[in-house]
Amino acid sequence: MPLSREDVLHLASLVRMSLTPQEVERLREQLSNILEQFHILQELDTTGVPPTGHSVPVQNVMREDEVQPSLSQHDVLANAPRRQDAFFRVHVVLEE
Amino acid sequence: MDLHWLTIHEASRLLQTRQVSSVELTRACLQRIEALEPALKAFVTVTADLALEQAKFADQRIARGDATPLTGIPVQIKDNMCTRGVPTTCSSRMLQNFVPPYNATVVERLFAQGAVMVGKGNMDEFAMGSSTENSAFFPTHNPWDPERVPGGSSGGAAAAVAGGEVAYALGSDTGGSIRQPASLCGIVGLKPTYGLVSRYGLVAFASSLDQIGPLTRDVTDCALVLNAIAGHDPRDSTSIPTTPPDYTRALVPDVKGLRIGVPREFFVQGMEPGVEEAVRQAVGVLEGLGAQVDWNASLSYAPYALAVYYILAPSEASANLARYDGAKYGLSADGPTMWEAMERTKGEGFGPEVKRRIMLGTYALSSGYYDAFYKKAQQVRTLISGEFQQAFERYDAILGPVSPTVAFRLDEKTADPVQMYLNDIFTIPVNIAGIPAMSIPCGFSDGLPVGLHLIARPLGEETLLRIAYAYEQATAWHQRHPQEAI
Repeated sequence: MPLSREDVLHLASLVRMSLTPQEVERLREQLSNILEQFHILQELDTTGVPPTGHSVPVQNVMREDEVQPSLSQHDVLANAPRRQDAFFRVHVVLEE
Repeated sequence: MDLHWLTIHEASRLLQTRQVSSVELTRACLQRIEALEPALKAFVTVTADLALEQAKFADQRIARGDATPLTGIPVQIKDNMCTRGVPTTCSSRMLQNFVPPYNATVVERLFAQGAVMVGKGNMDEFAMGSSTENSAFFPTHNPWDPERVPGGSSGGAAAAVAGGEVAYALGSDTGGSIRQPASLCGIVGLKPTYGLVSRYGLVAFASSLDQIGPLTRDVTDCALVLNAIAGHDPRDSTSIPTTPPDYTRALVPDVKGLRIGVPREFFVQGMEPGVEEAVRQAVGVLEGLGAQVDWNASLSYAPYALAVYYILAPSEASANLARYDGAKYGLSADGPTMWEAMERTKGEGFGPEVKRRIMLGTYALSSGYYDAFYKKAQQVRTLISGEFQQAFERYDAILGPVSPTVAFRLDEKTADPVQMYLNDIFTIPVNIAGIPAMSIPCGFSDGLPVGLHLIARPLGEETLLRIAYAYEQATAWHQRHPQEAI
């Protein structure tokens, strides 16, 4: 089923990614084409087949909740695009 | 003596017998890089000062008698593995100025052995691609023919090793990104069993598929590097709790009685005849050496693997790349509100292929489509893995081509994304099943390298190395180097 322009804009809003009008049209066409290729999976009967998320038999790997050395504040803030004292400076998240 | 064509094991012998120093070796390597890079463009960053400093320390270590096979030997690290203090860009505008405050586990392990890092390898952006043309900075060129691609996404790694810029490189493989460039550049590339090599410090693309592995000029070198990087890491919760063997002990040129399956699904229409011929001849060599070959094996789910991969990988990528929001690191665009700033950051930071895959993944995971796409793909993943498991009861290894074609020209396959995706039809099933596989050089077609694909059961790296070594010792492809055409 081909995608509409609205479908593409909706996806972009879920991703929180801006697209130019040319990108929207190009993606609409390319994604529609790619999605066509997935129909082949409908040929397979997967009734009762469990989904695999992960290919090795490792589960619930945890460690003891002990304090261990971590990065210094200096290192953590070193790549900050905007910083103020010991904080990352960001836009207001919740408006009044 | 042409220092730059030395393998790791050859260089190591010369270093440990003091016939050459690490500083000399590193200088020769840096000179070679300087000479080739204008045409090859395999590196995003060259770390000359760091390398010479590491070489100096390596020489001291060698003098103390404290060296390992990797001590003092130059290496390139793909630019999606964190290197403290050295830019790690993933060949993306999003991380163009990102300098990690820590080293990836694999980097730490190499440094602990006294490896000398000469630079970071160019790649398809965020490891998404099969030609390295998706690098946001520049494409890398194939040393065998500069008008052709080296493959991808570890194109910088393959080109640097094949071109004699470094003895080895670390790459990553999610759908074929070590093996396909190794095949297109005529070198050895290994994707280990999922979980054998730590992903800590590897920038995540598809977390259930990504693996780091070596690209080398011969099989012995591959075993040496695997020894250094394999093994459990408590910092990677998907790391297998295993103690790996010494992989060099698998380097025995004996395949008598080994059972090989060659699935007919790996010989498709649209494949280049020269590739098919080289691969069949290679399997014939192994048969001649005593392996039992079933030329008519079958992996009936293999044709469905591409669709499974292009649902699962983009879905995982859409989750992994959501972190690039401009708040703590990376590109951070301005905007009047938080959301607008974030939208611009992603709009400006990601290239077209990355955008395509994020959108695809978001679609497959979105409500209304999740069952039909993502869940269905996960179910077919179970079928694919199960079929491999059954196959490995009858065969010790499954063989075929790595790529349907030899290296193609730059811009030849960029018009239609699906054309590019088809490059990985043979490599992808391996990642889906989490099993190990290797590409080794097996000849040429029209003067361009062809790779033989060897696939084994989980933790079957020793079988792969054994077959590869036997084949290599019976042929001489690994001694061929590109003409000094660059």
